[in-house]
Amino acid sequence: MSEQHVDTGRRRFLTVATSAVGGVAVAGVATPFLMSFFPSERAKAAGAPVEVDISKLEPGQKINVEWRGKPVWVLSRTPEMVKNLPKNDDKLADPKSEIEQQPAYCQNETRSIKPEILVAVGICTHLGCSPTFRPDLAPADLGPDWLGGFYCPCHGSKFDLAARVFKGVPAPKNLEIPPHKYLSDTRLLVGDDK
Amino acid sequence: MSKGQKLLNWVDERFPLSSTLKEHVTDYYAPKNFNFWYFFGSLALLVLVIQIVTGIFLTMNYKPDANLAFLSVEYIMRDVPGGWIIRYMHSTGASMFFVVVYLHMFRGLIYGSYKQPRELVWVFGSLIFLVLMAEAFMGYLLPWGQMSFWGAQVIVNLFGSIPVIGPDLSVWIRGDYVVSDATLNRFFALHVIAVPLVLLALVVAHLVALHEVGSNNPDGIEIKKNKDPKTGHPVDGIPFHPYYTVKDVLGVAVFLIVFSAIVFFLPEMGGYFLEHPNFDPADPLKTPPHIAPVWYFTPFYAILRAIPSFFGTQVWGVLGMGAGVVVIALLPWLDKSPVKSIRYRGPKFKFMLVLFIIAFIGLGILGALPATNTRTVLSQILTVVYFAFFFGMPFYTKNDVGTVPVPDRVTESTPARQIRFLVLFAVTIVGAALFAMFV
Repeated sequence: MSEQHVDTGRRRFLTVATSAVGGVAVAGVATPFLMSFFPSERAKAAGAPVEVDISKLEPGQKINVEWRGKPVWVLSRTPEMVKNLPKNDDKLADPKSEIEQQPAYCQNETRSIKPEILVAVGICTHLGCSPTFRPDLAPADLGPDWLGGFYCPCHGSKFDLAARVFKGVPAPKNLEIPPHKYLSDTRLLVGDDK
Repeated sequence: MSKGQKLLNWVDERFPLSSTLKEHVTDYYAPKNFNFWYFFGSLALLVLVIQIVTGIFLTMNYKPDANLAFLSVEYIMRDVPGGWIIRYMHSTGASMFFVVVYLHMFRGLIYGSYKQPRELVWVFGSLIFLVLMAEAFMGYLLPWGQMSFWGAQVIVNLFGSIPVIGPDLSVWIRGDYVVSDATLNRFFALHVIAVPLVLLALVVAHLVALHEVGSNNPDGIEIKKNKDPKTGHPVDGIPFHPYYTVKDVLGVAVFLIVFSAIVFFLPEMGGYFLEHPNFDPADPLKTPPHIAPVWYFTPFYAILRAIPSFFGTQVWGVLGMGAGVVVIALLPWLDKSPVKSIRYRGPKFKFMLVLFIIAFIGLGILGALPATNTRTVLSQILTVVYFAFFFGMPFYTKNDVGTVPVPDRVTESTPARQIRFLVLFAVTIVGAALFAMFV
């Protein structure tokens, strides 16, 4: 066959078409591998609600429970702690809890169902460390205006005792309030509110 | 013809053995004025070999399972004969990898080794650095200690801050809603096979690109421009073997003395090579009071911490940290200087380089310490300096030439240069120590 008979347009079309079909095949083959990185059915099923007994919780005390592998704090706030909450408002990034980090029934001043009991996911909204409970007033490292709250050791984010984030820290949002409900006065269910 | 020669001929007719050796070793002409800074490329290769060999033996006793991993590392340390040496070689090797790679990169920076025609050598090198960081990060999860767990938690959540796809992406990386057994198992797979394969391929590309264009040197002169008309070899070049193989053997000997001293006497390096909280098993409910990455990540970690969140997202810190790594790869296009080596550059580059060294070491120290208001402000200033060094480069390197013109031939070392090097080295170490003490 001589040079003149080479139809380069046709050749180019076939090359592009073959590559395109090959590309589709590669994408198809890649799918199961990429999908295998997502949580397995077993991991998805491991999110059952947790029941907590709060009868022994003293005012000012905080306990941790594990829900979906994350620490959930249950804090019993003293009347003074609740009274101090509004004093922080002008220093907070989202004092009214407008960003959806809580169920609708917790979008209030105390971010809770009962004003004295705070239930929050103890995972910093910055990069997922668990902040430290710092109820002490005006400690040396957190300044004279500190009215008690949570301090993240990883990147220095600060939250008040309603788990609301302060301005000018790395964390962008308030801590998450998980869905929860009271089964009785002393029994709390974390992870389900229906 | 001897039997050996016959066998070699038989092979050479079927596989380019002699010609490859010739091209890359015995007949690869390197500039004759290599100095101290040129030890670190070959040392990086040595550490790579140490990591691969010790890593293979560690996998024989390690169990990538959230319930067994921590105990299997203890088992290697206490019950496997020789296990503790192998494990300390691997953990020390990880830190020493970054020591030699940082020094190797600094060499490229001061002698302009990234400039035309070595842009791709530098880009491949930058990719190696990036992949090495991924490899080190995933390896650090495997002992499943407190620092492993919370370090991984923080870094994986970095991806979660990317708008729109972030949260799903971080779940995809972890394979679970928190760092868990699934994460540990896949990091093991990536750490022992996938990433090392990529790393090896990139090292080959780095070396092939280097041997295509030839090595730079402390004077930044292209030795290929001045070839002996009779032999065709550069007049300022010497064959890599035996000249530089012998030189590198000396470097290897000194390196192994330091390496062994660390393995036997300081394997934890005061909590910097192996962090103390990592001797506690991972506890998903409790973050250690002070978490910091291993020392080689701290400069970039300090950049991350320095940038606050605004517009309701923390992605800026993550972008800043990413930019801090990526910008290194862009050096060939940021540097507009007509000369390569610092020896023939003007005062502006030298001034900025000093600022850069202060910023990099300063950020490294700040990244290892708990955050306070003063330290955050300092980190912010140093972050600005760090990026000013790179993004100001197109402006301050333009026409910034020193008083000494670039010579035609490479120059020999002088006592004045050697003393200046030692003094600058000492000033850097003392300065860093003072900064760490008072910050």
